[in-house]
Amino acid sequence: MRILVLFAHPAQRKSSINVAMAANAKSLEGVTFVDLYSEYPRFSIDVDREQRRLMEHDLIVFQFPVFWYSTPALLKQWQDLVLEYGFAYGPNGKMLAGKHALACVTTGGSRSDYAEDGGNRRVVEQFLYPLEQTATLCGMEYLPPFVLFSANHLDDDSAQQHIHSYPRLLTALRDDRFDLTGVRLLPSFGSSDLIELMRD
Amino acid sequence: MEGLAFYALYYLAAAVLAVIVSQRIGLGSVVGYIAAGVLIGPVFQISVAGSGYLEQFSEFGIVMMLFLIGLEIDPDMVWRLRDKLIGLGGLQVVATIAAVAAAGVGLGLSWQQSLLFGFVAALSSTAIVLQTLEEKGLLRSDGGQASFAVLLFQDLAVIPMLACIPLIAGSGHASSSGHGGAALLADLPGWASAILTLAAVGVVVAAAHFLSRPVFRTIALLGLREVFTAAALLVVVGITVLMSAVGLSPALGAFLGGVVLANSEFKHELQNDIEPFKGLLLGLFFMTIGAKIDPETLLANWITVVAATLGLIAVKALVLFPLAWFFRVRGPAGWLFAFGLAQAGEFGFVLLTIAGDRGLLSPSIVSVSVLVITFSMVLTPLLFALSNRIVVMLERRGRHHRDADQPEKGTIILAGVGRFGQIVNRMLLANGHKPVVLDYRADVVDNVRKFGVKSFFGDAGRPDLLESAGLAHAALLIVAIDDKDRATEIVAYARRSNPGIQIIVRAYDRLHHYKLVDAGADHIIREVFDGSVQAAGIALESLGMHPYEVEKRKTVFIDQDTAGLARMATLVDGDVPAANNPEFIAGFNDIGKVIENAMMGYRSGYDEMVARGWNAPDAASIHVPRSAGPDRPS
Repeated sequence: MRILVLFAHPAQRKSSINVAMAANAKSLEGVTFVDLYSEYPRFSIDVDREQRRLMEHDLIVFQFPVFWYSTPALLKQWQDLVLEYGFAYGPNGKMLAGKHALACVTTGGSRSDYAEDGGNRRVVEQFLYPLEQTATLCGMEYLPPFVLFSANHLDDDSAQQHIHSYPRLLTALRDDRFDLTGVRLLPSFGSSDLIELMRD
Repeated sequence: MEGLAFYALYYLAAAVLAVIVSQRIGLGSVVGYIAAGVLIGPVFQISVAGSGYLEQFSEFGIVMMLFLIGLEIDPDMVWRLRDKLIGLGGLQVVATIAAVAAAGVGLGLSWQQSLLFGFVAALSSTAIVLQTLEEKGLLRSDGGQASFAVLLFQDLAVIPMLACIPLIAGSGHASSSGHGGAALLADLPGWASAILTLAAVGVVVAAAHFLSRPVFRTIALLGLREVFTAAALLVVVGITVLMSAVGLSPALGAFLGGVVLANSEFKHELQNDIEPFKGLLLGLFFMTIGAKIDPETLLANWITVVAATLGLIAVKALVLFPLAWFFRVRGPAGWLFAFGLAQAGEFGFVLLTIAGDRGLLSPSIVSVSVLVITFSMVLTPLLFALSNRIVVMLERRGRHHRDADQPEKGTIILAGVGRFGQIVNRMLLANGHKPVVLDYRADVVDNVRKFGVKSFFGDAGRPDLLESAGLAHAALLIVAIDDKDRATEIVAYARRSNPGIQIIVRAYDRLHHYKLVDAGADHIIREVFDGSVQAAGIALESLGMHPYEVEKRKTVFIDQDTAGLARMATLVDGDVPAANNPEFIAGFNDIGKVIENAMMGYRSGYDEMVARGWNAPDAASIHVPRSAGPDRPS
């Protein structure tokens, strides 16, 4: 699959995980990497260019840290502007139909926070539901999100594991070595699930 | 020493007094200097030797002025003005010479004398006109540019005129008294002196081109400021001596020297060094003209003098006005041009002196002619005022006929469509607003008219023009002119005349910003601030900072700087200079502390302001057990 990574992080100077993940993704061949905050620091998104990019790829990866249970502001702006009626949805808006969407997120809260009985009272995929429904309305297949919990309080090993698993995930998806059927059965997945989901 | 101090005392005192009075009445500094000359005329006559000495000395003023004009000559501008320079200037000179020479022959003068008077009449006063145009801020207007082109041509035309005098006078008539260094040529036949004259010009050009640079560079390397000043003066004095030796106008040589040095890297140093000398010596020159007004000659010939002066002005204006029309310098620019150049000039004195020396004119004719030139020069400010009056009158009358040009209520007035106003205008037009545009360049105004914008030609600083643009009923005034004092005046006037209007104004710098606050501006835009911040931002980006981080840092910088500026503006007292205002100084130390500190290396405050938001919580879990919800981002 031709992969487009849309990376949204407003405070990259403070990022511990996402910037390292992005650096890995950037160097991959056959993966188009876009740092949205770098390209549109004044939030004036070039809609035509973004739509063209979408059409040139099969899998759209949204990589971002979860802020207040949602995407960073610029990624929301991107959705508002780029996913136009007549392009992404509506009777004639079938340009994205058949593509795949994958959210790769990090959260500050722990896995136990994101639970029915945890502090956030919902699992993480429920907070990502707007994105899921957006993709669905556009006729895309929304894959279960690739999640890293407690991103600010990780020990070094777990952090490195996640950072290194990200390019492996992307290459597997690119080379069609990723078990889509298997992943569809999961609510979400993390770096520890990757070994089972990769085929050779 | 005592004698020198005596002259200096009279000169400076009379100059200061008369110029202040003359400026206050609105006649300009030139008339002030001439009046001062009349006042101290008796003092000059105490010692005839002293008078001649002073006169020679003061002619350096003109030499220096032409040197500076030469330095300012920009090849691009000359090229742009080539039609006017050669066409308008050439026709003006030829037509005036023809008209005056014909009149002279008609009045019974010899053809040589008539031709000489034609020469004298064809020249206008570069010194007075340029100074007046500059003072009135009209030098870059259409009329001003046309005037400049014609003056430039006239200054150049002096070379052949000077070369012609020996030819028309004939060497046999040369008076033995001689004029200083011109004696060198006095015994030569006409054609030989003409060749020698051209050779001297060649020497000046060649020396300025090949010799000046290595010399200036050597002096600049010494790092001695006063030696450089001395060298700059040496250039002017050297040219003067050489030119005088061959009987040519030193002013012209200086002008050529200036042109040759115009693209040298020492141009600005030369300008700064010569400028103050020029101002004072030019003042002295005008004073010597004033001192030349001899009451006895005047009383004996007053009818001739008055008639000749008015005749001269009439002939010149009658030649200038149709020519201006023909060269598309019309309307207000045409009036300014025709009346502004209607006087005779300082080169006339030079021509008359040489003609007197060559025996072409009798001493009494020379002194009467000097009076005529002087009076026509003295009348120049009145002529400028007259052209202004005519323009205002015509505008008023014109408005009754053109109802369509009546401004409507709620209009936007844009004063100035130069580099700054042009962008404002384009953006307003692109968004469906059509401002009333004021500018003093007709081509700009015409350009803007193409887009259906109501545009008025003229100086936006003139209250009547602002009023006719609809100031009383306008909702918004944008002042985008580059003259800061004028901008402040416009703001103050507009605020008084229409208290409810919104005023947006372009500020030159911080101090101008404070003045504009005082004048009553609502929004003040520092003209280069935003562009500079953009450049700094791109610099940070080029150094590897993330574009969004750059964006935030720019925003905080602008906010801090603007807030500091706004705080300072309340402390500024319009009447007390900023440097003498203790509150201001204290405040200045306080403003932009964040930025100042960051500049000193204590960046924590700045970083903190930039970095607010998106901070990770310190605790691994932010959830207080049993609490209703989170208080930090997930």
